[in-house]
Amino acid sequence: MSTATATHDQHDHHPTGITRWLFTTNHKDIGTLYLWFSFIMLLTGGAMAMVIRAELLYPGMQVVDPNFFNMMTTMHGLIMVFGAIMPATVGLANWLIPMMIGAPDMALPRMNNWSFWILPFAALMLVAPMFMGGNFSSGQGPAFGWTFYQPLSGQYDKLAFFIFAVHLLGLSSIMGSINIIATILNMRAPGMTLMKMPLFVWTWLITAFLLIAVMPVLAGAVTMMLTDKYFGTSFFHAAGGGDPVLFQHVFWFFGHPEVYIMILPAFGIVSQIIPTFSRKPLFGYASMVYATAAIAFLSFIVWAHHMFTVGMPVAGELYFMYATVMIAVPTAVKVFNWTATMWKGSLTFETPMLWAVAFVFLFTIGGFTGLMLGVAPADFQYHDTYFVVAHFHYVLVTGALFAIIAAVYYWLPKWTGHMYDEKLAKIHFWVSAISVNVLFFPQHFLGLAGMPRRIPDYAVQFADWNFVSSIGGFVFGLSQILFLFIVIKTIRGGAKATDRVWDSADGLEWTVPSPAPYHTFETAPEIK
Amino acid sequence: MVQAQGSYYLPKPSYWPLVGSIGLFLTLGGFAYALVNKTDAGMGNMTAMYVGMAVIVFMLFGWFGTVIRESQAGKFNDQVDVTFRMAMAWFIFSEVMFFAAFFGALFYARQLSVPWLGGAGNNAMTNELLYPGYTAAWPTNGPGEVGGKFETIGAWGIPFYNTLILLSSGVTVTWAHWGLKKGNRAQLILGLLATVVLGFTFLGFQAHEYFEAYTHYNLKLTSGIYGSTFFMLTGFHGLHVTLGATMLTVILIRCIKGHFTAKHHFAFEAVAWYWHFVDVVWLGLFIFVYWL
Repeated sequence: MSTATATHDQHDHHPTGITRWLFTTNHKDIGTLYLWFSFIMLLTGGAMAMVIRAELLYPGMQVVDPNFFNMMTTMHGLIMVFGAIMPATVGLANWLIPMMIGAPDMALPRMNNWSFWILPFAALMLVAPMFMGGNFSSGQGPAFGWTFYQPLSGQYDKLAFFIFAVHLLGLSSIMGSINIIATILNMRAPGMTLMKMPLFVWTWLITAFLLIAVMPVLAGAVTMMLTDKYFGTSFFHAAGGGDPVLFQHVFWFFGHPEVYIMILPAFGIVSQIIPTFSRKPLFGYASMVYATAAIAFLSFIVWAHHMFTVGMPVAGELYFMYATVMIAVPTAVKVFNWTATMWKGSLTFETPMLWAVAFVFLFTIGGFTGLMLGVAPADFQYHDTYFVVAHFHYVLVTGALFAIIAAVYYWLPKWTGHMYDEKLAKIHFWVSAISVNVLFFPQHFLGLAGMPRRIPDYAVQFADWNFVSSIGGFVFGLSQILFLFIVIKTIRGGAKATDRVWDSADGLEWTVPSPAPYHTFETAPEIK
Repeated sequence: MVQAQGSYYLPKPSYWPLVGSIGLFLTLGGFAYALVNKTDAGMGNMTAMYVGMAVIVFMLFGWFGTVIRESQAGKFNDQVDVTFRMAMAWFIFSEVMFFAAFFGALFYARQLSVPWLGGAGNNAMTNELLYPGYTAAWPTNGPGEVGGKFETIGAWGIPFYNTLILLSSGVTVTWAHWGLKKGNRAQLILGLLATVVLGFTFLGFQAHEYFEAYTHYNLKLTSGIYGSTFFMLTGFHGLHVTLGATMLTVILIRCIKGHFTAKHHFAFEAVAWYWHFVDVVWLGLFIFVYWL
C-alpha cells in the first residue's frame, strides 16, 4: 500500500523494501499486511467457490471428479473462515483500534508482527497437500468438509498437515487477541473511558475474549484427532470407550463462538458507519454494548444446536433450542438500534452506507433463517441441506463480508489519502448486492425442497434453481475483481481526501491527517 | 490505564518474529511429514523437525535476550508493565481453556459415552446389538478392550506425594517473592532454588510413575479411553511443569545475576503465576483423574 507519509517526524524512518514488511512493528503496516493477506485468500477461496458453482450449474458430473469437489467445498470453507474473514477483521482492528483510542501503537508491537507472520506459513501448510500427488486434479487436500467431523477426517492420510495448520492459525489468533485486549484496556488516551469507546473497539474487545476462550479448545480437539490417528488413543473410537460425537461437541464449543468472532466486528463496523451517514449519534450506545456482551455470553451455551440430528436426549434438544432462539433478543436490539439511528436522520448514500444498509437488511434475513434452524423439530428437515448453506452465507457473505467491504470503502481515504472512485464503487455495490441474492436466495428453496449440501451431483428437480444460483455466483465472483481494481486505483491516486473525509464522521481517527501518518498519537490526545 | 504515553516503549522493527515463524513452520511441518510417512518401521524423516526446533530455541534466546536487555536498560515504564501483566494473565486463561477441552473429554466419557455404550438412557439396543455383554464401568478401555487388561495407579501413593510436592512449591515460590519484595536476597534465592528442586522432583516421580504404568500395569496411551484421558491430561500437565520449571530456572539465574528489584520484577511474577496455574491444574487432575 501507499508508502507516502505526511509527517516529517524524526521517528518516521523505517526500513524500506521487503524488510519493512517482514520486520515491521507498526500497527498500520501490520494492518495492511493482514488486509492484503485476507484479500488474496478471499480471491483464492472465491475461485474455489467458482469451481463448486461451475460443477453445480447443471445436474450430472461435468467439471471435476467427486473427490476434487469435496476438496473444493472443504478448502473454500476453511480458507474463507480462517484466511479471509478473520484476518480481515484483525487487519481492521490493527489499523483502527490504536487510532480510535488515541494510542501510539498496539500494546505489544513485536508480538503483533508474529501474529501476522504465522499466517502465511499456516496457509501454506493447509494448502500444501492439495499439490501432493503429482498434479493438481489428483491433489490430496482435505476433503471432509470444513467442520472435519470424525471419523471421516480420521481416514485422511495427510491429516497431520491439516492439524498443525489449525494449531498455527490458533496460535496466531490467540496472540493477536491478547494484543488487542491489552491495547484496549491499557492504551486508551486519558479521558477515554470504556463507555466512550467507539463501538468497533467494544465489539473487538469482546471478540478477542471469545477468541482466547475458544481457540485453545479447537487446539484440544485437533490434538485429540492427532493422537487418535497416529498414537493410538481412543477419544473418538467407540470400541475404546470414546465417542465420535464427542468430537462434534468439542468442535462446536469452538465453532459456535467462532461465528460470533466473525460477525461481532462486523456489527462494530456497521455501528460506526450508519451514524456518520445518518448525521446522528448511534441510537442506544449502551444497549449496543450490553447486547454484544449478551451475544458473546450466549454463544458459549448453544453449541449443540448444530447437532440436533446427531442423537441427543430430548431435554438436551429442548435446552439448546430455547437457548439458541434467545440469541434473537440481543441481536434484534442491535438491528432496531441501527434502524432507529437512521430514523429521521439526514441520510446520504455514499458507498460505505450502501453496504452498511444492505448489511442490516440481508444479515437480518440470515438471522431469521437462523431462528428457523434453531427450532429443533424443524431442523430435522433442514439439517445438512442447502437451506443451511443459504443461511450461513447470508450471515457470512452479506453479513461479515459486506461489513468488511463497507469498512474498506469507509476508511480507505484515511489509509491512502485518496477518495475512491464513487461511480465505480456504486457499480461494485449494486452488481454485488443483486448478484449475491441471485446466488444465495434460491438456495433456500433448494434446501427446503430437500437438496443436500456438499454433493457434486443432484436430482434433476433441483436443476433450475441451481442454474440461477450459479449464474448469480459467477457475477458475484467477477464483481469482486472490480473491487480489487477500485482499491488499487485508490492507492495509486484519486481526489485528495480531507482529514475528516466524511462531513459528520466522529472519532479520533478522523482528527489525524489523511493519509494517516506512520505514527499517530505519540502524545495522547485529551478526551473530553 | 491513564498515564503519560510519550514514554510507552515501542520496539524497533525486529526479525525475531519471522525467525519464530520459520522455526514453527519447520518444526510442525517436519513433524507432520514424519507422521504422514510413518510406517511400521518408525517415523518418517525428522530432519526438518529437529532443524525447526533448533531455530525456535535460537529465537527464544534471541528474542527473550532482547527483551531482558531492554528491561535492564529501563525502557519499560509502569504502563508497559501493565501490558505484560495483562498479556500473561490472558495467556494463562488460554491455557486453562486448553486443559478444559481435555477435562471436558474426560467428563463426557465418564458421564455420557461410557454409560451409553453400556445401555444407559435410550441406548439399550445399542448395547444389545453392537456391544453385547459390555457393562459400563470406570476405569474402562471400552467394549473392544483396546490395549488389553490394565491396572490403574492409586491416588494415595506417588500422586499424593506429588500433590504435596507441588503445593509446597507454591509456598516456596511465594516465600521467595516475599524475599524479593523485602530485599532479602538469601530468602529469594533459597526459596526459588527450593521451588526448582521441588518442580524437578515432581517430574522425576511422574517419569517413574509412567515407567511403572507401562512396565507393570499395562496402562498405556493406547489403553482405550482411560489410557487416552489419563496420559493426555497428565502428559500435557507434565509438559507444562517442565516448561514452568525451566522458566523458574531461568528466573533463578536472573535473580542470582541481580536482574530484579523489589519494585521491578514482572518476569518473576509471570513465572510465579504460571507455576500456580500448573499447581491448580494438578489439583484438578488429582481429584478427577486419580482419586474419584
